[in-house]
Amino acid sequence: MSKSNSSGRTLRFGRRCFLQGAAATAAATQVPWGGAEAHVLEEFPGRKRKLVPCRLKVNGSVYRLEVEPRWTLLQVLRREIGFTGTKLVCDRAECGACTVLADGKPVYACMMLALDAQGKEIETIEGLARGQKLHPVQEAFLKNDAFQCGFCTPGMIMAVKGLLDRNPNPSPHDIRRATSGNLCKCGAYTKIFRAAADAAEAMRSRR
Amino acid sequence: MAKKKIKTTIEFEGRFQEIEVEVPENEPTAWPRDAQLSIVGKPYPRVDGLDTVTGRATYTHDLDLPGMLHARVLRSDVAAGKITKLDASKAEKLPGVKAVLTYLNAPKIPWYNKKSWLFDPVVRCVGEEVACVAAVDEETAEEALRLIEVEYDGQPFVLDPEEALKEGAPEVYPGTKNLQGGKPVLLARGDIEKGFAEADVIVEETFRTQGQVHACLEPHASVARWTGDRLTIWDSTQAVFPVREQLADALGIPINKVRVITQFMGGGFGSKLWLNKYTVIAALLARETGRPVKIVLDREEDCLNTGNRPSSIQYIKAGAKKDGTLTALYLKSIGPVGAYDAGAGCGAPLREVYLCPNVKTEEYMVYIHAGQARPMRAPGHVQGTFALEQVIDMLAEKVGLDPLAFRRKNYATKDQVRNMPYSSKGLAEAYRLAAERFGWPAAAGWPHAKKEADPHVTRVRGVGLASQIWGGGGGPPAYAIVKLNPDGTANLLTGTQDIGGGAKTIFTQVAAEELGLPVEAVTITVGDSETCPFAPLSGGSITTPSVSPAVRAAASDAKRQLLEIAAGMLQVPAERLEAKDGKIFDTADASKSLPIVQVTQKMGRDMIIGRGMRGPNPPGVALNTFGCQFAEVEVDTETGEVRVLRIVAAHEAGRVINPLTASNQVEGGVVQGIGFALFEDRVLNEATGRMVNANMHDYKLPTALDVPEIETILVPMPDPAANNVGAKGIGEPPIIPTAAAIANAVYDAIGVRIKELPMTPRQVLAALQGRSRHA
Repeated sequence: MSKSNSSGRTLRFGRRCFLQGAAATAAATQVPWGGAEAHVLEEFPGRKRKLVPCRLKVNGSVYRLEVEPRWTLLQVLRREIGFTGTKLVCDRAECGACTVLADGKPVYACMMLALDAQGKEIETIEGLARGQKLHPVQEAFLKNDAFQCGFCTPGMIMAVKGLLDRNPNPSPHDIRRATSGNLCKCGAYTKIFRAAADAAEAMRSRR
Repeated sequence: MAKKKIKTTIEFEGRFQEIEVEVPENEPTAWPRDAQLSIVGKPYPRVDGLDTVTGRATYTHDLDLPGMLHARVLRSDVAAGKITKLDASKAEKLPGVKAVLTYLNAPKIPWYNKKSWLFDPVVRCVGEEVACVAAVDEETAEEALRLIEVEYDGQPFVLDPEEALKEGAPEVYPGTKNLQGGKPVLLARGDIEKGFAEADVIVEETFRTQGQVHACLEPHASVARWTGDRLTIWDSTQAVFPVREQLADALGIPINKVRVITQFMGGGFGSKLWLNKYTVIAALLARETGRPVKIVLDREEDCLNTGNRPSSIQYIKAGAKKDGTLTALYLKSIGPVGAYDAGAGCGAPLREVYLCPNVKTEEYMVYIHAGQARPMRAPGHVQGTFALEQVIDMLAEKVGLDPLAFRRKNYATKDQVRNMPYSSKGLAEAYRLAAERFGWPAAAGWPHAKKEADPHVTRVRGVGLASQIWGGGGGPPAYAIVKLNPDGTANLLTGTQDIGGGAKTIFTQVAAEELGLPVEAVTITVGDSETCPFAPLSGGSITTPSVSPAVRAAASDAKRQLLEIAAGMLQVPAERLEAKDGKIFDTADASKSLPIVQVTQKMGRDMIIGRGMRGPNPPGVALNTFGCQFAEVEVDTETGEVRVLRIVAAHEAGRVINPLTASNQVEGGVVQGIGFALFEDRVLNEATGRMVNANMHDYKLPTALDVPEIETILVPMPDPAANNVGAKGIGEPPIIPTAAAIANAVYDAIGVRIKELPMTPRQVLAALQGRSRHA
């Protein structure tokens, strides 16, 4: 749920999250996977936070959190749990960069409240690989160069996985429809379609 | 020993500059055209692809540092005027707010070519930075913005560039009549009037193209952290070194105290080529609060004031003889630069692509009260090609020539503007290969719409083509360092950035090829101004041709040192040795060889460091890239919808280092060209000056359902004259001809020209109805 102020701007919900073990040097903030992080909320006088318990199952692991009721699944994934693979691009269901699977169905994490995600099996890009072993969709994307800047890629991969889990033998049009909710500004669609077809074949031969 | 320096010409987006550069001591000999390379030219998957497909790639957008604050910017919502009241006291008092900056308390940092400041009380467009806050979280920062009280005395403003040039229009800068430079940019050759006098047929038409925004998926974002007096900036940028220098200058600190890092970035397309205000803001807030500060523009902000492709109005008059020879080409164009100096021309294709002795272009760059234009993938060429290529087809029709035949007839074998030969030109080959693949002419009797229309057929098909030219020769300076490790692996450092084109991968391939090592044995580091040597920004299609020769030179330098060690081990003169497939061998007797790792182990504690730099450009030749695209479209004459069925795109950009990443650029450019042709439009509200579709729904980007069959032909034409790798840049060429090819195909289908973009269904229907009214 988002509220607008008088000038029509959407409120951005957020909290600062203090991640343990954040590296002080360049680039990557290393996030241990599979476990819940200890959360530190910066409080200050005059600010009351209303937090409620939230139990999420993400990539097979259970996370017990305290959230504000209005926080979206996207915010919680990225900031509370530290899974930054899923991206925030438009925050209003227009681009698909935040696509995750909820009980196998592709959904926009920016449009689902964290509390509404309870009881669902949430799958994000971080959960696809098994250790060093990539999921066939990931392998196909890599082999076919199905990305350029890579920002749409996590959402795109989840959309393709969502398709192939339901429909192991998609037609070219099925693939286009399944990815029509994911914008790729770089325009890597041609190779994305090829990767989806390759992944479908690889997954069929595995069954 | 004094370094030998030489003058050389470098080009960036059509602008030429003569600079003085060092001549490298040991420039590797250029790979010949038919060099048998084992790694370069092969479709390697991206070396950083694993990070991308697992979601581990960390973008600026993803960073979370201990103690980090979040910053937001308050932006003007009037298009012209002055701030008459600014009271930030309530925001400062909001619990959780750690700092607030406005023009009243921020340092006065000059901006926009000294025409303005970081925070300027004078407002010249909607979206200007008025104030900023840093708070413990984004929500608090947003709330703080709403507590800042601002009042403006709103002034009349102008958004339409034609209106802006009229007498009495509100001026962005008093006394300028809204004309940047005070006069149009005038370029001419030959005698244009004589050219028209010699013409048997003349065509005159006016075309209009729309404004676009870059719409990168990763919004503009920076994270700033001070450690003592040293500043580290993570920035979603195409220009690590320029940002570093410009930031040091803006803050008045030495360059060595500033470090800029971009490891992964989510798209730029020209909107992230220099220092942005929000980066300075983050640095100032971080310094003020003593905590790291992250600033991420929301989608609306990203559309408002981070640049745009300017719209264009192009009047073209063209003349040809009845055998199809061009005699005269004239363009008068108007392009809005926005409220601050920028480029908005589009005459280069008309001046350059086709052989024509008499050419004149008058380009008006106009100030309007809207966000400053910025380069956007092939700036100017995209707009200009849309108009030029339709005019070419119009002439072809008048003289009764097939459009491809007309283009071939007017093939320019040299750069007519600078009057020099091209180092290489693959346009003829592109025409040949693309026409063959496409099946041109698709059917006899172009244009097809001339045939009797069957009233029962509501969907009609058409075909069309267009040519393109672009720069893409790159140039110095660019540097690389190769470090060899005792186990036979190598580290490659170069301060370029990988903006999605696969730069990391192709440079790894070049280094591996030169060193004789497998790709896996070379690890590349880019995008860090502290650990990497200078390389230019990633724009203008200069990255591949500027940096790959420097990488090769560095690898060559490291190899030379390695061969000297091997010479001792093999008892063979070093000059006879070569490295390939993990081995060093005697070129006179291949049985005398050693695995590279044995030689590197012999280094012991010594380190081999190879240093390489990009040498000067070849004098007296023009470095350009060429291509053409053929389009097949289907027009629904009942709904006006245009569907692109098929594009065949043939592009020549010198040696192809990686056909996977190169073809990806072509396919991506075509998709963006389709966005320009059919969907995208930056709509400004005339009453408020605001962009009304500043989001990703109402600003229409192509989706998976809009993508046609795209067949890519990478014209095989390595260019040893251009640089020691023989490669040119392919980033921008593929976006250039797409809309024009589509427009020509639409004409072929319905017999009416669409002269205004985007080609919306409403436009097409209006054109069809206009035609039937005259039938």
